[in-house]
Amino acid sequence: LLLGRIQGESTLISYEVRLTADKMHKLTKAALTCHGLGRCFISEKHVSAVKIISRGLVSAEHGDVYDVIISGGGMVGSAMACSLGMEPNLAGKKILLLEAGNKKVMDRVPEAYSTRVSSISPSSATLLSAWEHITEMRCKPYKRMQVWDACSDALITFDKENLQEEMAYIVENDIVVASLTKQLDSMSDNVQVEYRSKVVKYRWPRPHHMAESIPWVQVTLANGKTLQTKLLIGADGPNSMVRRELGIPTVKWNYDQSAVVAVLHLSEPTENNVAWQRFLPTGPIAMLPLSDTESSLVWSTSHQHAEELLELDEESFVDAINSAFWNNENQSELIETAGSLFRGTLSTMMPSAGSPRQLPPSVAGIGPKTRVMFPLGMGHASEYIRHRVALIGDAAHRVHPLAGQGANLGFGDVACLTQLLSQAAFNGKDLGAMQHLLEYETERQRHNLPMMVAIDLMKRLYSTNSVPVVLLRTLGLQATNMLPALKEQIIAFASK
Amino acid sequence: MYCRKVGRPLLGLCGPGRSYSRAAVCRQRALWLRRSQHQALSRHNSTRSPSQSTVDPDEVKRFQSLASKWWDEQGEFAALHAMNDLRVPFIRDNLLNVHRAHHPGKPLAGLRILDVGCGGGLLTEPLGRLGANVLGIDPVENSIGTAQLHASYDPDLRDRVAYQACTLEELSADGAEEQEPVADRFDAVVASEVVEHLADLETFAFCCSHVLKPGGSLFITTINKTNLSYALGIVVAEQLLHIVPSGTHDWEKFISPVDLERLLESHGFSVQCVQGMLYNPVSGGWSWTNSTAINYALHAVKPRDSLQPDRAEESCPHPEDHAAATHS
Repeated sequence: LLLGRIQGESTLISYEVRLTADKMHKLTKAALTCHGLGRCFISEKHVSAVKIISRGLVSAEHGDVYDVIISGGGMVGSAMACSLGMEPNLAGKKILLLEAGNKKVMDRVPEAYSTRVSSISPSSATLLSAWEHITEMRCKPYKRMQVWDACSDALITFDKENLQEEMAYIVENDIVVASLTKQLDSMSDNVQVEYRSKVVKYRWPRPHHMAESIPWVQVTLANGKTLQTKLLIGADGPNSMVRRELGIPTVKWNYDQSAVVAVLHLSEPTENNVAWQRFLPTGPIAMLPLSDTESSLVWSTSHQHAEELLELDEESFVDAINSAFWNNENQSELIETAGSLFRGTLSTMMPSAGSPRQLPPSVAGIGPKTRVMFPLGMGHASEYIRHRVALIGDAAHRVHPLAGQGANLGFGDVACLTQLLSQAAFNGKDLGAMQHLLEYETERQRHNLPMMVAIDLMKRLYSTNSVPVVLLRTLGLQATNMLPALKEQIIAFASK
Repeated sequence: MYCRKVGRPLLGLCGPGRSYSRAAVCRQRALWLRRSQHQALSRHNSTRSPSQSTVDPDEVKRFQSLASKWWDEQGEFAALHAMNDLRVPFIRDNLLNVHRAHHPGKPLAGLRILDVGCGGGLLTEPLGRLGANVLGIDPVENSIGTAQLHASYDPDLRDRVAYQACTLEELSADGAEEQEPVADRFDAVVASEVVEHLADLETFAFCCSHVLKPGGSLFITTINKTNLSYALGIVVAEQLLHIVPSGTHDWEKFISPVDLERLLESHGFSVQCVQGMLYNPVSGGWSWTNSTAINYALHAVKPRDSLQPDRAEESCPHPEDHAAATHS
């Protein structure tokens, strides 16, 4: 019900925005009709003259017209470029990727692991054309995920087909970008890439274009060049310039939390195929496998605590991590008793269900200079599209890292938009037309919003140690853990 | 059939009289395309009495006022914009069945298509984007102006899409004087939402056959002549919901698929398929249906082995001769 209401509200908001936009359309339309009448008096002969003049203007002043320009060459933007470039129905289309930074080539995989990692679900992996490059370079699958509460013994585990299948892969962001860059190099006929190109200005077209205005999106670069495109895809991250320039409202809040990330050295080599996450009252702490001996830490906590963690010497930092995973000081007796009673009842009813508790590996040290912190927030653009513009990835939605869904939501956008653009091209449509962009928005918001709300609720549910809430979540988590069908549903939803 | 076969060579022989007779018949039997014959009206107004003209000046005015609204996807032509979801794949897939060449990204590359009654180019542009060389014709100058301007911005369309303000029969007749004969020129002729505005379907069918290559396809979408199509197409769509501008359609000109098939087959076409189309005014979308009671789409093919006795005659167009022979 809550999900429904939130969705409903956001639809209402965007509806109102559209209404205002529509009113504006009517005004421009009136103006255009006047122009149209004016044209009636120009004799037919002059129409071709107008045409020639307008062509001259278009080609002389504004350079080439691209079919698609993607702004932002991060993981999601590069994946979008690859995905469009591989699509047979889009063969021959002019596609350009703009990236403000340098080209990120990786001749060989660096020995040290990077701290910025993403969890990529198998379905995202099959969508990524560069996945082969990624597996050649470096990634680590995990087969089980264990999530448990610091305030009780409640735990839940997720796995697929009894550990036969991978749940997801932990991949360094640098590796993803480098693999996509490699892939883009191999398809330079289909996709152009301009590195070190910063956009300074966007000019948006009017919805019903007529004689006097350029119908495409105009992109002005810092080097003075102006490009035109039938469709602009904004993949420029959580502070998206495309989104800001369009004035698309964003629902967002900061969690007053920062994430501390680091590369962890385990005390002894293990199979290391489990992703661990524990909900502390200050925020979730996660240990994600990188190799047999190394894991990646993502510790969400208050800004102040994060700063303290950063200043600790290495040994104390390692102790802090270990105690965060092992310590039981937050548990109260009442909840302990209630929890074990409930668990006992459940296991007599369903003896085979549930799963044994496993213990996370202990940490021995951290990679040199790998401790970094960054603020966490959540944001959701009320609209993903405008006339000739679509937002993908973090530009449209930013989530808390606790569910490891950030990258997957972005790759899901890529897959959905590619499929709709391919179909539009095969039907001879203008790629920037509203119809299929609206379909993209509807389809992705229907998936992304509930996911974001679920992640946010989870975050809030576990940010407290008040007894009734802890009791409720303890019982809820235990019950869920006993219901394989429900867990499968959760996994299926998360990997969509 | 007899009349046509015999009549054409016969009239073809009377050389001196031909050009005169062509022009005269042309005027007399002015072919009614979607937007009436504005061009003919402005050119021949002085020489023609109103009673001879089938052109209704009111109709011309109405469509002139609409021309600049063609490209508003939510405007008066929203239903036509939405119909592209059915008619473009219908044309594309039927053409791909015949021409199996594989051009990724440009499935219709190398094909020449004539879009009769193209209006603002709503269907012409998608076909051009699919790689076809498309000529859009429409008698309303304003629509052609809108269409030309709209296509001129898109570099993909500039070289593939051309427009001409003329009627099908004018095009069909013009070819003789131009360097490139218009006969047997097109791989496909498309007349979408056009034939319900025509006064003379016989000439239309003949001209289509004339400009098509042997084996070429004719695609028609139109409205059936049923009580339901009257109720929905005119009463509901025009008068109640205003999906279509009021006064767009004249039920008397509607034609049933059976009559249309019979007509086309009498002109040598073989009808491949007839498929019903349904408009949902709530979603604003079209879908295929088994019932042809309201709207329908038709695909017919001009036979490869031409039955005409004289091949040379075939390359020289005399649509008016034929018309005179069969109908006089």
